[in-house]
Amino acid sequence: MSTSAIESRGYKRPEVLVSTDWVADHLKDPKLRVVESNEDPLLYPSKHVPGAVEVDWTRDLNDPVRRDYLQKKGFEALMSRIGAARDTTVVLYGDKNNWWATYAFWIFQLFGHTNAKVMDGGRLKWEKEGRPMTKDVPKYPATQYAAPERDDTKIRAFRDHVLAHVQAKRPLVDVRSPQEYSGERLHMPEYPNEGALRGGHIPGAQSIPWGRAVNPDDGTFKTADELRAIYEKEKGLKPADDVIAYCRIGERSSHTWFVLTYLLGYGKVRNYDGSWTEWGNMVGVPIEK
Amino acid sequence: MTSPALPEKLERFLEGIDLLEDRSERIQALIEIAERFREVPETVAKRPFRDEHKVPACESQAYVWAVPRPDGTQKFWFAVENPQGISARSLAVILDETLSGAPPANVAAVPGDVVYRIFGNELSMGKSMGLMSMVSMVQNEAKKLLRGRA
Repeated sequence: MSTSAIESRGYKRPEVLVSTDWVADHLKDPKLRVVESNEDPLLYPSKHVPGAVEVDWTRDLNDPVRRDYLQKKGFEALMSRIGAARDTTVVLYGDKNNWWATYAFWIFQLFGHTNAKVMDGGRLKWEKEGRPMTKDVPKYPATQYAAPERDDTKIRAFRDHVLAHVQAKRPLVDVRSPQEYSGERLHMPEYPNEGALRGGHIPGAQSIPWGRAVNPDDGTFKTADELRAIYEKEKGLKPADDVIAYCRIGERSSHTWFVLTYLLGYGKVRNYDGSWTEWGNMVGVPIEK
Repeated sequence: MTSPALPEKLERFLEGIDLLEDRSERIQALIEIAERFREVPETVAKRPFRDEHKVPACESQAYVWAVPRPDGTQKFWFAVENPQGISARSLAVILDETLSGAPPANVAAVPGDVVYRIFGNELSMGKSMGLMSMVSMVQNEAKKLLRGRA
């Protein structure tokens, strides 16, 4: 079955998604910067969409010392390096059904770069369609990018917010695998589950693995009706809910944040990037199994 | 009691990759290694591959087989079903080229965290667990062979 056009899928904010066709037609647009963001560090250097630059989640988006994201100056330097101005349309794509692309997208939103889109289907779809790829790493003239201070208040949740959320019995979405949700140990005996001392989930969290939002064959997002069937009919979420999503470090949950915020139009969704590597290691917080 | 030494070819490979201190040079070397990947031949395994050969926790959907050799060692074969599993293909080539034909006791003692020495410390936990599981599967094949001799 071929993927339906993005505009026909019933999303609340379809403008945040672009098709591979659209990207192919706009590769030479000087106001566009295509950005690849992957989990696998070998993928971009092996080949990528012509003209695309790489934004690496560890080196480019995280503070090298403390557990946090880059600050205003770091974001300005990153955008300058990739040749993006404040009005540049940034189109993100990557491996793992755009899991890392939506993570980068979420961080870009902490700095208010709203002129950002995700290429539906990501690297998987582009490759499957046999579109051109190159090893050439482009160089763009550096820009003067003036970013606002990072705003953690709207789309990012911290542990105290989550504790208050639990106490208020507001909806939480655990987007990890069912085995992670249940606290079952993984196969690496020398490693505690997900790098945490305790396994399980935050009390009251619903298990909705992030990957359910995509069509596995080509990595595209499911239609709004299909997504509503999962998040609303099956799990009982509502667009007016105050939702916090989490996973292990906030990467997979950024994918679900993207789905709920843009594709289904939820008004208040936050990503708890401390996620299980924080919650499962904290002393005294409640855990359910 | 001291652990058996690393297999000689693996030790030599690690010494070589350690010299590539520049991250992009190391990545380029690992990409070139991945290009040498040859999938398990049909004489060893046909699709659908059996779950017992599937590497747990590996999202690249890697599979491992060990074929005994007359000299008492093993030849390791791999499949990587995820077309984007380039790190898994690279590691498969490294494991085959350095552990096939090595003494099973040495193969059984290869530490899983050798993947950090190969790929660096910037791997995500998911990626490192998948790659370490590939090493673990190879170790287990060597251990099975050793148990069968005991």
